[in-house]
Amino acid sequence: MEFAELIKTPRADNVVLHRPFYPAVEGTLCLTGHHLILSSRRQDNAEELWLLHSNIDSIEKRFVGSLGTIIIKCKDLRIIQLDIPGMEECLNIASSIEALSTLDSVTLMYPFFYRPMFEVVEDGWHSFLPEREFELLSSVTTEWRLSYVNKEFSVCPSYPPAVTVPKSIDDEALRRVATFRHGGRFPVLSYYHKKNGMVMMRSSQPLTGTNGRRCKEDAALINATLRAGKRGYIIDTRSLNVAQQARAKGGGFEQEVQYPQWRRIHKSVERYNILQESLIKLVEACNDQSHNMDRWLSKLEASNWLTHIKEILTAACLAAQCIDREGASVLVHGTEGTDSTLQITSLAQIILDPKCRTIRGFEALVEREWLQAGHPFQQRCAQSAYSNSRQKWESPVFFLFLDCVWQILRQFPCSFEFNEHFLIMLFEHAYASQFGTFLGNNESERCKLKLPQKTMSLWSWVNRPQELSKFKNPLFEANCLVIWPSVAPQSLQLWEGVFLRWNRSSKFLDEAYEEMNNIIEYNKELQAKVNALRRQLAELETDDGMQESS
Amino acid sequence: MEHITTPKVENVKLLDRYTNRKPANGTLYLTATHLIYVDASAEVRKETWILHHHIATVEKLPLTTFGCPLLIHCKNFRVAHFVIGHERDCHEVYTSLLKLSQPVKPEELYAFSYNPKMPKDNREIGWKLIDLKVDYQRMGIPNDFWEITDANKDYEVCNTYPPEIVVPKATNKATVFGSSKFRSRGRIPVLSYLYKENNAAICRCSQPLSGFSARCVEDEQMLQAIRQANPGSPFMYVVDTRPKLNAMANRAAGKGYENEDNYDNIRFKFIGIENIHVMRSSLQKLLEVCETKSPSMSDFLTGLENSGWLRHIKAVMDAGVFLAKAVKEEKASVLVHCSDGWDRTAQVCSLASLLLDPFYRTFKGLMVLIEKEWIAMGHKFSHRCGHLDGDAKEVSPVFTQFAECVWQLMQQFPCAFEFNERFLLEIHDHVYSCQFGNFLGTCHREREALKIFEKTHSLWPFLLQKKQEFRNPLYKGFTVYKELKPNTLPFSFQFWCGMYNRFDKGMHPKQSVLDHLLNCMSQKIKLEDNATDLENKLPFLDGPLPDEVCSLSKIVNASVESSKTPMLNTPQDYESEPPALLTNGAIVEEVIIMPDQDQRNKENLANHHVLPDLNSTTEVIESDAKKEKLQHQ
Repeated sequence: MEFAELIKTPRADNVVLHRPFYPAVEGTLCLTGHHLILSSRRQDNAEELWLLHSNIDSIEKRFVGSLGTIIIKCKDLRIIQLDIPGMEECLNIASSIEALSTLDSVTLMYPFFYRPMFEVVEDGWHSFLPEREFELLSSVTTEWRLSYVNKEFSVCPSYPPAVTVPKSIDDEALRRVATFRHGGRFPVLSYYHKKNGMVMMRSSQPLTGTNGRRCKEDAALINATLRAGKRGYIIDTRSLNVAQQARAKGGGFEQEVQYPQWRRIHKSVERYNILQESLIKLVEACNDQSHNMDRWLSKLEASNWLTHIKEILTAACLAAQCIDREGASVLVHGTEGTDSTLQITSLAQIILDPKCRTIRGFEALVEREWLQAGHPFQQRCAQSAYSNSRQKWESPVFFLFLDCVWQILRQFPCSFEFNEHFLIMLFEHAYASQFGTFLGNNESERCKLKLPQKTMSLWSWVNRPQELSKFKNPLFEANCLVIWPSVAPQSLQLWEGVFLRWNRSSKFLDEAYEEMNNIIEYNKELQAKVNALRRQLAELETDDGMQESS
Repeated sequence: MEHITTPKVENVKLLDRYTNRKPANGTLYLTATHLIYVDASAEVRKETWILHHHIATVEKLPLTTFGCPLLIHCKNFRVAHFVIGHERDCHEVYTSLLKLSQPVKPEELYAFSYNPKMPKDNREIGWKLIDLKVDYQRMGIPNDFWEITDANKDYEVCNTYPPEIVVPKATNKATVFGSSKFRSRGRIPVLSYLYKENNAAICRCSQPLSGFSARCVEDEQMLQAIRQANPGSPFMYVVDTRPKLNAMANRAAGKGYENEDNYDNIRFKFIGIENIHVMRSSLQKLLEVCETKSPSMSDFLTGLENSGWLRHIKAVMDAGVFLAKAVKEEKASVLVHCSDGWDRTAQVCSLASLLLDPFYRTFKGLMVLIEKEWIAMGHKFSHRCGHLDGDAKEVSPVFTQFAECVWQLMQQFPCAFEFNERFLLEIHDHVYSCQFGNFLGTCHREREALKIFEKTHSLWPFLLQKKQEFRNPLYKGFTVYKELKPNTLPFSFQFWCGMYNRFDKGMHPKQSVLDHLLNCMSQKIKLEDNATDLENKLPFLDGPLPDEVCSLSKIVNASVESSKTPMLNTPQDYESEPPALLTNGAIVEEVIIMPDQDQRNKENLANHHVLPDLNSTTEVIESDAKKEKLQHQ
């Protein structure tokens, strides 16, 4: 297919662009296969706007006489407005944008066409290989092995080819367990807590059904992670009620009798379109500037976004508590094990593992616990807060995870190597990107699309020193502690950096950030200077000493 | 001391209402000024000091199996939940605290016994630290249009105004006295702030005694004189900060608001800020929400909304912004009043000044502002804060709301204030502590009668002593931001956890950016000294310095010059500030020598006559052990 077919009017003059914080500007609008570009005729044809079609969430058209207006709502929550003279031009452009922003074939997406203008120092597609992660694990424990039972994606289509499982469980047993777990997602290792050797595993729900089907290999697999005489915890991210209802559809949960060594805790975390609705309501509340205080607070409450944040963080803290405080191993699952399960396992790691609070470590976490773990990014991030489609599979699961990380970052501002911008960048790229990282729904799809060969990895770009410097938190001081966030409502806040980003100027906050950076940088420079002077003095003294003795 | 029947009770538990941790077990002491709880179960000695004046309510709850619970609510929003083993002990502590926390006579207030053992001269100099005349000078007053008059030296114009007030030069005594007869409690229009750049002024007064039709020539002349003192504008605003309905209701009582027809070229406007009773009950509701044990997000947000607290904060802020805009952008003078002109009017005028003038965002400036708009102009601290046993309906968090507005501004403009949040909290503490004379009584006349200038100490020098911990490391200096234009959309207002849940440490960020940066600041001074020392030790070199030193000094110089960086903003640099700031009594800082800060020691404690030191009125000395606490029930 040629993009040209979709572009009925490739260019329009005298288009006026309105967007947050900038004065309106007139220029020429150009449509290309992947971008909407507006350049003004002011000095040297400066580009005023360069917007990926895939970032467009929805558009609205309005006409006053022959002047058309297109309102473009983006997945990064920005809203811009284009005034286009001429009804026909406007209609053509609107329908082109609509078509180009909803391409249904992945291979037509921009990452397949993007040619990087930077030199790749390190290919991000190979930065976080499971083999390397496993090597690190092997240095602290020998109880686990890397299994390639899924190398053809035949045992579990949403798992990567290599997964970490207890050494004592062979591939044959894994195959059997896979038939007992929803979507074949048998329990695999998510995290090993070096401090006490306890582990966190994740899976999908067991397929017990109404007649209490059982699978002895399944019990054997998870029991293999327990120390003698120790109990473990199963954290089910559904309420007991929902878990019970799941049995009617062939799903279910681990019954006490069959898993006597495990204590099951139901910690309900909301999922699917309920989260999407919540996002839509929250963004609507943030964008409506006509509210009085009461209406704003009531809409903020009614969106339930912060309620979801609180429940996700609570569940993650609970998992971390079981591991670190109770000294017990944990298995986390909900229904499919691709959404709330991953929120909990990844946040628990942020709490427990200082490595996950570094830039590299966080990237590895996203790679391991989200991308390779089979979070269906393409479905979940198909649309954002301005979605009209309201499909069940659209859901800001990853977005909520990032918000939770931001909440912890706010409470522990010195414990993270990255800053808020890093999280915002990941949010943007999960929804629309020139990089292939978040395309596809799992490793199997990514493999078929040959993403590593045909597209650039986000990590290749981010991990270059020039980019990294923007994402570094000046306050960072590595600490090896477990960090326990507060989940009291008073401690949780609206993520202004994302939700109010386009609604209020951040000039003064940016200045404060820069000031803080300056203070810390200056101290570092001073320290270096003092050190250099000390060295110099020491050298002179030894020189003198030598002269005297000679 | 006669109120204390049981000075020491052992085996007292202190419950932590936020976490489910095991309650602390320890000993409770009652001293003349403080309730002190010493936690014996902690590894590190931990003391909780509660000033009697800070106690708002004491409740005895029904007996439990563990003992007799005693619930104490403080005016600085601490909630202490003790459980005392014996009912009889509990009752005695309860009765003692009731009496100690509600003194009847002013002489019983802490300020009259507080004796930091400093030379008498220092105390006197301390009271001279803030001189309002200097602030009027800074505004250019006296000038062609405004003068400082002593018409009120015997409180004949108004007994709740200070002896010296600023009025238009064009007025004469007759106008002043005539107008005072037409204003509630004689609170005539006087100058609050003059915006030097365009001569627009903010003036304040109380409501006119207009009833349905009364008028007063002198009052009309007074307003005309104010308008004419600003030749640049053909009109002036008269702002009534009450809701219109309230103002109308007042007409029936012979009070009310200005009739636009009777005054030349005024633009009259209502700004609906609610009265002290609404504010009191709003705070009550807010505190109930803050105190709820393990609320859901919905409970909290719904409670926050229903309390109306942030709505009121926004109303005050909106009013301040309106005034600042009128003065700065419309170049018009504004006359502000509410009913008596000592609550809402004080909030709004001081906030507008803070928005317009960067001086008020400095340490000294905020002190001047509070002295000028609140203390001197007769905000009834004693009644609003319930310093003495009195009418509970007079109590209202008017000053708390002002402090919060300043805090909200600090959130939006993190580099615009010389001080940090702790400074606001400290001032707020002392508004209630009665440890210093500044906030005693209701007006200047009463403070004179109480002889506070002879018998008590002023808060301000004490605060300046602790400047280092109260400073804002991000402050960019006096000249960087002129007037502030805050965003007043509802989402710009945050719940102030640091105030209303201040003592629930578990809710606060576990690492403090402020502490980190304050550390950087003190480290910086050490490093700079180090560097100078080392450089002096090095013999003068003909040859080039090692590469890194060379390039470094270049970097530092470059960054200093290029970006008005924090390096510029060092204590040594204050000279570059406008001289007016320095003349504002700044010399006094060096003169005052505070006594040894560390008077509180265990011996004193054991003997029950503790001399509380300067450090704080209430304070917890916590173990520094970084215990990981799980607080997500």
